[in-house]
Amino acid sequence: MIKKIVILITLILFSSCNKKNDVVLSFWAMGVEGENIKKLIPEFEKKFNVRVKVQQIPWTAAHEKLITAYVSETLPDVFQLGNTWVPEFVALNAIEPLDSLCEVKNFDLNDYFSGILESNRINGVLYGIPWYVDTRVLFYRKDIFKKANINEPPKTWNELYEFSKRIKTITRNYAIYFPTNEWVPLIIFSLQNKAQLLKNNYTEPAFTDSEFISAFQFLSRFYNEKLSPSNITDVVNIYQAFEEGYIAMYITGPWNIAEFRNRLSSNSQKLWMTAPLPSPDSIYPGISLAGGASLVINRNSKNKELAFKLIEYLSTPEVQIKFYNLVGSLPSKKSSWSDSIFANDQHLKAFRIQLERTQSMPKLAEWENIVISKIQKYIEEVALNRMSVREACEKLNEETSILLEKRKYLIEIGSL
Amino acid sequence: MKEKSNFWLVFLFLSPALSAILFFFIIPVVAALLISFTDFDIYSLGDLRRLRFIGFENYLKLFRDELFFKALFNTFYFVLVGGPLSILVSLFAALLLNSKLVKFKKLFRTIYFIPVVTTIVAVAIVWRYLYHPRFGILNYLISFLGINPVDWLGDPVFAMPAIIILAVWKNFGYNMILFIAGLQNIPVELYEAAELDGASNWFKFKSITLPLLAPTTFFTSIITMIGYFQLFAEPYIMTQGGPLNSTLSIVLYMYQEGFRWWNMGYSVSIAFVLFLIILSGTIIQFRYEKRIHY
Repeated sequence: MIKKIVILITLILFSSCNKKNDVVLSFWAMGVEGENIKKLIPEFEKKFNVRVKVQQIPWTAAHEKLITAYVSETLPDVFQLGNTWVPEFVALNAIEPLDSLCEVKNFDLNDYFSGILESNRINGVLYGIPWYVDTRVLFYRKDIFKKANINEPPKTWNELYEFSKRIKTITRNYAIYFPTNEWVPLIIFSLQNKAQLLKNNYTEPAFTDSEFISAFQFLSRFYNEKLSPSNITDVVNIYQAFEEGYIAMYITGPWNIAEFRNRLSSNSQKLWMTAPLPSPDSIYPGISLAGGASLVINRNSKNKELAFKLIEYLSTPEVQIKFYNLVGSLPSKKSSWSDSIFANDQHLKAFRIQLERTQSMPKLAEWENIVISKIQKYIEEVALNRMSVREACEKLNEETSILLEKRKYLIEIGSL
Repeated sequence: MKEKSNFWLVFLFLSPALSAILFFFIIPVVAALLISFTDFDIYSLGDLRRLRFIGFENYLKLFRDELFFKALFNTFYFVLVGGPLSILVSLFAALLLNSKLVKFKKLFRTIYFIPVVTTIVAVAIVWRYLYHPRFGILNYLISFLGINPVDWLGDPVFAMPAIIILAVWKNFGYNMILFIAGLQNIPVELYEAAELDGASNWFKFKSITLPLLAPTTFFTSIITMIGYFQLFAEPYIMTQGGPLNSTLSIVLYMYQEGFRWWNMGYSVSIAFVLFLIILSGTIIQFRYEKRIHY
């Protein structure tokens, strides 16, 4: 009996030893990206004679799953990270700095859009390679613009405001949609207005600075003058609202191109267009957010070289174009954009222009908490006219400095 | 001597259950209590040296936190309005289904019970449409009464009532079944005797049904209170706590602090405050119970 067990155990041990010879690279990607990237992996596997285990994670569970995997030390070799999450994983010491790998491999970083590449740099160190990019532009209704006697999309804040008023008098509906549960418009306006947002190495809020206040005041005019709906439930289905002309403008991202094409009726397809964002000064287009997702390498990975090869493979223009065809994610490399598929797409032109003018947000682990639980709350308060902009900014400063207390302390004792 | 060997024998047989309680209940609770005295957060997760022992600071911070009091207020609003309402509706439904006048009792009982077993996610999505300010059926119906459309989930005043209506509709079936069981336990002779004495229906209800139903009412009210204090899924799916945090419940706040922002220390201290609230609620109800047994 015991003999048999011993034989069995040795057999198991040997068989697992055998498997160790071929390298398995683990790769986690989220949502549709994770679902479709599997189709592009076999080519890489053949080329380098490795196996890549791709795991798909739904976006809604991604953050929790990554943190849990970090705690239990089961993070994959390579994974996708929304670029606003990079600072958090750097604070956790979970991801590998990539500067030296890029240098050794002669990896061309100049081909990336600078704003978006910058969002992957924490304290000057590069931690992620942009996989696909995402920024916000203005989606608008051409026919309503024409009716209101507007020939070109707004280029300045003033025009945005004036056009909205003109549209409102003609349609008697709303002109533009700034969802009160979205922090994006306010952050875009304040970045455009050169607001600092956070100062002293992101340890203190700067929400009472005049740049931020005037950006907030600009936004609040749209709510006060009923140019934008001030309740979230006014617009439950954005596509329906856009189709009906309930709103004529909406600032949103590239994923909505496919949605607009699918969800608006065929009659309305000719009626909508995209344009880069207006600006508070004469430099057009105005700044937009540097969004998107990056590929990062687990600091404890045993196959970092190979992991970087996978990133290199996924970053080649050919693969990026194939990837765009599969999921519609915009390529992160400028050279990929020269393909005819992008040049001929009239809705993508605005994105191509906008991508040259993006800026990353403050890079700290608490940022998402600040925008979602603090800034969003005060946008709502101001939109519903329960608070003046100045009051909201003071409250915002107060609450944010409590939130940043730990970060400040850690930086003071030199632990961060 | 014999007693002692008995003790070990009993202990042996109990040990699987006891160890399950120890590992899955006692240890986590003690660990959570310890965590509530620290500032355990995302930084500490990366490096335990970044953990600070801060004593009662989390609890003190709670008492200065406007949002916590807002959540506390919302939860009490929900429990004190939604709880009694839910019990009244269940009692009413049970009385209807227990009356001799109603046909197809089993069918109605099943229909009323269906919301209880339906997943809250599906229910909440459908109710979002019912509550829609422009296309929702609820606003269509009240328009016949000459009432202007209400922005149910978008207006801070109406959002909590909207959640309460949904929760009552979803949960009354469960208590209804308990009440039906309670009603069927009341001896028929009592009603017959009362009828001989010429008692009215209202008098019979007041003097027989209600008192004899008291133990059931007591049980359902405790269960409902405990359940309602843990309000989470409804606002989580319908409103995310908004608008203006008017539907933010304590558990939702705890979840957001803990699993969204990883302020574990703070989140756990919220959990302990909620525990104390539910405990005291239950103690008060138990005090009261001694007076209602017949």
